[in-house]
Amino acid sequence: MIIEPRQSVSLLRAGLAPVWAILAAMLICAVLIIWTGTNVLTAYGLLLKGAFGSAFAINETLTRSIPLIFTGLAAAVAFRAKFYNIGGEGQLYAGALAATYFGTGLITLPSFLMIPFLMIMGAIAGGLLLLVPVLLKTRMKVDEVVTTLLLNFVVLLLVGYLIEGPWKDPMSLGWPQAASIIDEGVLPTLLAKGRLHLGFIIAVAIAVLIWAMMRFSVLGYEIRAVGYNAGAAEFSGIKVGRTVVITAMISGGLAGLAGVSETAGLKGYLTLDLSPGFGYTGIAVAMLAQLNALAVIPAAIFLSAVYVGADAMSRAVNIPTYIADVLVGASVLAVLCSVLFSQYRVRFR
Amino acid sequence: MTSTVLEFRGVTKRFGTLVANNSISLSLAEGEVLALLGENGAGKTTLMNILFGHYQADEGEILVGGNRLPPGSTQAALDAGIGMVHQHFTLAGNLSVLENILLGTESLFSIRQQTGAARKKLARLAEDYGLAVDTDALVGSLSVGERQRVEILKALYRDVRILILDEPTAVLTPQEADNLFATLKSMTRQGLSVIFISHKLHEILAVSDRVAVLRRGEIAGEIETAKADRHKLAEMMVGRTVTRPKLTAMEPGDAVLEIKDLSAGKTGAEGLKKVNLTIHAHEIVGIAGVAGNGQRTLADVLSGLQGSFSGSVALNGGALPAGDPRAIVASGVGRIPEDRHARGVVGEMQLWENLIAEDIRSQDVSRGGLIIDRGRATDRANRQIEAFDVRCEGPDAETKLLSGGNMQKLILARALSREPSFILANQPVRGLDEGAIAYVQEQLLEARKRGAAILLISEDLDELMALSDRIAVISHGRLSEALPTSARTTAEIGLMMAGQPVAGEAA
Repeated sequence: MIIEPRQSVSLLRAGLAPVWAILAAMLICAVLIIWTGTNVLTAYGLLLKGAFGSAFAINETLTRSIPLIFTGLAAAVAFRAKFYNIGGEGQLYAGALAATYFGTGLITLPSFLMIPFLMIMGAIAGGLLLLVPVLLKTRMKVDEVVTTLLLNFVVLLLVGYLIEGPWKDPMSLGWPQAASIIDEGVLPTLLAKGRLHLGFIIAVAIAVLIWAMMRFSVLGYEIRAVGYNAGAAEFSGIKVGRTVVITAMISGGLAGLAGVSETAGLKGYLTLDLSPGFGYTGIAVAMLAQLNALAVIPAAIFLSAVYVGADAMSRAVNIPTYIADVLVGASVLAVLCSVLFSQYRVRFR
Repeated sequence: MTSTVLEFRGVTKRFGTLVANNSISLSLAEGEVLALLGENGAGKTTLMNILFGHYQADEGEILVGGNRLPPGSTQAALDAGIGMVHQHFTLAGNLSVLENILLGTESLFSIRQQTGAARKKLARLAEDYGLAVDTDALVGSLSVGERQRVEILKALYRDVRILILDEPTAVLTPQEADNLFATLKSMTRQGLSVIFISHKLHEILAVSDRVAVLRRGEIAGEIETAKADRHKLAEMMVGRTVTRPKLTAMEPGDAVLEIKDLSAGKTGAEGLKKVNLTIHAHEIVGIAGVAGNGQRTLADVLSGLQGSFSGSVALNGGALPAGDPRAIVASGVGRIPEDRHARGVVGEMQLWENLIAEDIRSQDVSRGGLIIDRGRATDRANRQIEAFDVRCEGPDAETKLLSGGNMQKLILARALSREPSFILANQPVRGLDEGAIAYVQEQLLEARKRGAAILLISEDLDELMALSDRIAVISHGRLSEALPTSARTTAEIGLMMAGQPVAGEAA
């Protein structure tokens, strides 16, 4: 068996790669489902129904996709510049902390100002959190995977301290949670029924904006050039270090927006279970989208559907919800393989 | 008639649709130096990789001493007495010469090195082949020429009967190359056989008994060296007659680039020490030197990658905007980097994107330095691609799909379209085929005619002698005075490259 590079990679083949990957992942998970003694088609049918089978299900799936779009964009932008930001989770909580600090009565503005204000503050907080790792990286070549990953735990512990201590809501009946976001800062729901809120429209708009930035702007050009070939970028006059820092600020800001959107949109207040690992799942979203900002939207909705659908499936038949994590993990691995196969071909002889 | 020690029979190797080796049949006689000549991509390396078992041939077989060599086995090739000295040496700098040579030949379980017999054997080999090296010296402290001798000794110590040398002179001064040739002669007298891979015609004529020319994966011809000359070999290699452009005398104009007391970089051989150089309009100044003697630092300062230095660099009377590549380009410098792939282009980006890399924030191709003006960028790319004859599918093609020659034309298009007053050409023809070399050199001469001042850094002395009005030699970061090319001989330059002062030269 030998592996050879393909002469050219057609756009169709590249675009279909994630679809094949998802099918392959479903095949792998089918083995596990059979193991539990459930009919595979029934299980996947329930999963599909749980994710898209009713207005309520679709509403839930889209709601759950909002933080994933933000954290997916955060990873997609950073990875484009080969800056491996694994700290989306921490930056998400940094954004949530900013929303809580400014949005629980410190400042009161009319709603059309309050929401953008909280968003901006959350983005700044997420970006600032990433400032230390990125400067360590560009100045002292400290590996950002380690620093961003470890900062997640620092931030989580800080959140735990604040909501158990100084920021604890006296009205919470002893639950560890911060005070609620004031009404002016809450993201309104979009439909009469369901939890889908304004954050979805903001997330989609920002995805389009990021896509346009990467494709049409000088900054996007410089980010891509630095990621593909830092040596050539430097030679042509791009300030590589500065570009990486700017990229990191954008990436951290996007993850921070996820925190604002979850705090001010979905929950209304900050708790320690605000995010079940949206920061990490965002990396999977970005990989599935092959770092394309527009593709982040369907990728986030797909992963959200897997999680929401798996919840419904596990309630109906006796399959643990962990199957969702396996399915997501297998999808990402399969995408990485399928990208390889779209560029190389295997020949047997 | 001497006996055949190595024979390739109909060796074919395909990579997808590309036929890297097409039915190659070739034999090597005992005591013979066979030169393997061919352009980059002609299939020389693939053939050697098949011999060493790194690749398996799709068809054909290889015989060593009449026995079939098992395909795909490096160990089999080594056991059959085949040794190779690679272009990039495979020595550990922190071990002594002796340790490097013994490495891999000893049992892992022996407690103490038994060096007595090894020393005796090495002393005999060194004597027999004129390969004097201090066996206790650290390899890291040796010159490049000495390291190559260690590589050859390493192969001889393992009793090779067939030695393959891949572009062995690329890192040597002319004198070191002559020593190598003498060694090869003495090796063949002792019955060893040598395959000498090169694309330098004069070396092949000097050292080989027979030449096999590879072209596009096929044997384009075999010829006794005694019956060959440069033109004949060049024609066989390229498939047509190619004449490289020649310099015509021109009166130099005003000083364009003035470097005074420039010191920069580390304190080792790569750092510059008080370099002085002036280049005038209508003038090409060549810099000769063995790689790693400060050429890179000089190029980095002039192209804006290195902003910290002492001394001064003036361009057209004003200070060069040091450390800022875009400002340097805007002030009239055209830059051809040493390494196309690592510095020149972003392979994953499209042609038009690479063409705007140096001035992306200018009004020409962007709106306010923020948004790329795709229409104007594409228009300009189309004009440049046409003017510099870049063979491609269009400005939207992916840059990494270009051949080496076309990629270099793309870089020329970017650097020369704005008619720079000073051109830094760092190894502009490295790795190109004859046709592309002629094109690049013509473009440089065209720019000189127009009035550009050109600094040509090259490791190819023939190229420097043919294209330079004046030549300076760089060694250990010190640059000699640039004298008219006619006032220098290759031998003199070779001595200076090795760091020896030449009579009449200021130290």
